Amino acid sequence: MENYTIKSLLKAYTDGVVSPEEVVKDYFDRIAEIDGDLNAYVNVSKDLAEKQVKDGKGGALAGIPMALKDVFTTEGVETTACSNILKGYVPKFNAPVVDRLYEAGAICLGKVNTDEFTCGASTETSCFGPTVNPYDHGRVSGGSSGGSAAVIPSNLAVFSMGTDTGGSIRQPAGFCNAVGLKVKYGRVPRSGVISMASSLDTIGHFTKTVEDAALVLGVTAGKHENDSTSVDVEVGEYMKAMDGNVEGLRIGLPKEYFGDGVDPEVARKVKEAVAVLESKGATVKEISLPMTKYGVAVYYLVAPAEISANMARYDGIRVGRELDPEASSVADQFLRSRAEGFGDEMKRRIMIGTFALSAGSYDDYYLKAQKVRTLILNEFEEAFKDVDVIMGPVSPSPAFKVGELVNDPVKMYMADMLTIPSSCAGIPGLSVPCGFVEKDGAKLPVGLQILAPQFREDLLFKVGDAYEKETEFWKEVS
Amino acid sequence: MALTKEQIMKIAKLAMIELTDEEMDKLGSEVSGILDWVEMLHEVDTDGVAPTYQVTGIDSVMRSDEEERFGEPDKLLENSPLEKRAYQVLVKKILNK
Repeated sequence: MENYTIKSLLKAYTDGVVSPEEVVKDYFDRIAEIDGDLNAYVNVSKDLAEKQVKDGKGGALAGIPMALKDVFTTEGVETTACSNILKGYVPKFNAPVVDRLYEAGAICLGKVNTDEFTCGASTETSCFGPTVNPYDHGRVSGGSSGGSAAVIPSNLAVFSMGTDTGGSIRQPAGFCNAVGLKVKYGRVPRSGVISMASSLDTIGHFTKTVEDAALVLGVTAGKHENDSTSVDVEVGEYMKAMDGNVEGLRIGLPKEYFGDGVDPEVARKVKEAVAVLESKGATVKEISLPMTKYGVAVYYLVAPAEISANMARYDGIRVGRELDPEASSVADQFLRSRAEGFGDEMKRRIMIGTFALSAGSYDDYYLKAQKVRTLILNEFEEAFKDVDVIMGPVSPSPAFKVGELVNDPVKMYMADMLTIPSSCAGIPGLSVPCGFVEKDGAKLPVGLQILAPQFREDLLFKVGDAYEKETEFWKEVS
Repeated sequence: MALTKEQIMKIAKLAMIELTDEEMDKLGSEVSGILDWVEMLHEVDTDGVAPTYQVTGIDSVMRSDEEERFGEPDKLLENSPLEKRAYQVLVKKILNK
C-alpha cells in the first residue's frame, strides 16, 4: 500500500497515475484486510463513498479518502458517539464542518472509534471496545480520538477528523506517530459535532504531515452561524507560513513538562527534537508554568459539569434506542434508558458534574475551578510575552497497555496532564512525531507538543513543518 | 470528601440515573476519591480572580429573531424509537400517582 499524504495523492491524481475510484477501492480492501485486528472503524460508509467518487467534486481535497470520528453528525450514516444510548441514530443532516469537507471533495470512508462521548484517554470506554495501537496490538491507540489516530500510520485513511477537549487529538496522535492538530477554541465550528464539554471542545484533525494539517484547516476553519462561539478571526494563509525559517524563534521549555511523572526516555526524545530546531537557529529558554499541576483537577470539575449538562438531552425519547416497555412513566423511562445506555465512565462524570453544580457545592467546586482556570490562562499569556512557542512532550509516557489504567480513573486522567492546561486556556497545539522509544521489546512512537498563542495556528505549522522536514518520522509506517 | 450513601442517591436522582446497589458502592467510592483529589485546588489563592467561562473574548452574540424551518418533520420523527401519531411522539404518562 502506498503511504499517501494528501499532497502526494493529489499529485498522483493530477499526473494521472491513479484514479479516485481505484484509490478508494484500495482503502476499503485494506480496511477489510487489517481493521478486524485494529478495530479503528465502527462503521464503513461504502455507498456514500462511491456516490462521492461518482459526483467527483473538485476542491482542495478532491478525491481524498478520510475517516470521521463517530461524533461528527453525518446524514444517512449512523452516528453513535460510541455509546449504547445513541445506537441506531441515523442523522438527517450533516454537521457544517462535514459539509465543508464534502464540498472540498473529501471522500468519507466511514466512522471511527472514540471513547464514549469522547470521555476517555484510550478508547476503552467505547461501546465497540478499544482500538489497539498500530505499533503494538497489546497497547491502546490513545483517546479519545483513538480510531482517528490509528488509521493514519496504518494507511486506513489519508487524513481523519477528531475532537480535542483535554488532549483527545494530541495524545492519540503522539501514541500513533501521526500529526494531530488541536485548534484554538472557536476556530472550527462545533455545530453538529456531538458535544462533550462546550467551553473546551475543539474540532481538529490527524494527518501524516504538518503541511497536510495546514491544508485541511484551510477547509474547516471559519465562523458558522450555527455556532455562536465560533469566531470571526481571519483564517490565516496557513500554506504560506511554512517557509522552513526558524532563525531567531524563541522556544520555551516549561520545566514542569519534563519533571515528575514524565518518562525520562520520552523527555529525552523531545529534547532531541528541540535540539534540531536549535541547530536551525532557534533559541531555547527554560520557563516555569507552576499552575500545570492544577490543570487536571480544574479540568475534572469543569468538564464533568459541562458533560452532565450536555448529557441531559439523552432521554430515550427523541433519538436513540428502544425503550424499556416495562417503564411505568416518562420519568421511569428516562431513568431506565440512561441507566442502560451510559457506560461507567459517563455515569462517573455525570455524577461528579452534577455534584459540582449542585446547590451548596457550586462555589466550592465549579466556581473555584473556573477561577483557577483563569490563573492557568494568565500564566500562558505571561509566558508568551517572552517566548514564541512552548514545547514539551504530548503525554508523560508512550502508549500504555490495554487494561492497564482502566480501573484507576485518576491515573487515567493523569495521562492528559500535559495537554489539559492548554485546553483550559483555549490555545492551539500541535503533536508532531519525534521518534520512537522501546518498551518491552515494542517500538513505540513519541509525540512532540508545540503550543502557540491564541489564534496562532500558523506558527504551529511553521515550526512543526521546519522540524518535520529534518526528520520525517511519519514515513515509518506501522 | 467521602460522600454518604444518601448524598450519592441524591446526586443520582438529580442526574436522572438509576444505579444498582453495586454501582452505588463502586461509583460512590470513585466519585469520593476524585473529589478528594480535586481538593488540591483549595490551596490556590483565588481572591479577586474572576472565573473563566469562555476563552475567545467574544461578547454576547446577536442574531435576528427569525424562525428557520427544517421542513421535513417526518424525517425528524424517524429518529424517535417511540410510537408516533399526528406528528407527535407518544410518551408514557408524565406523572406518577
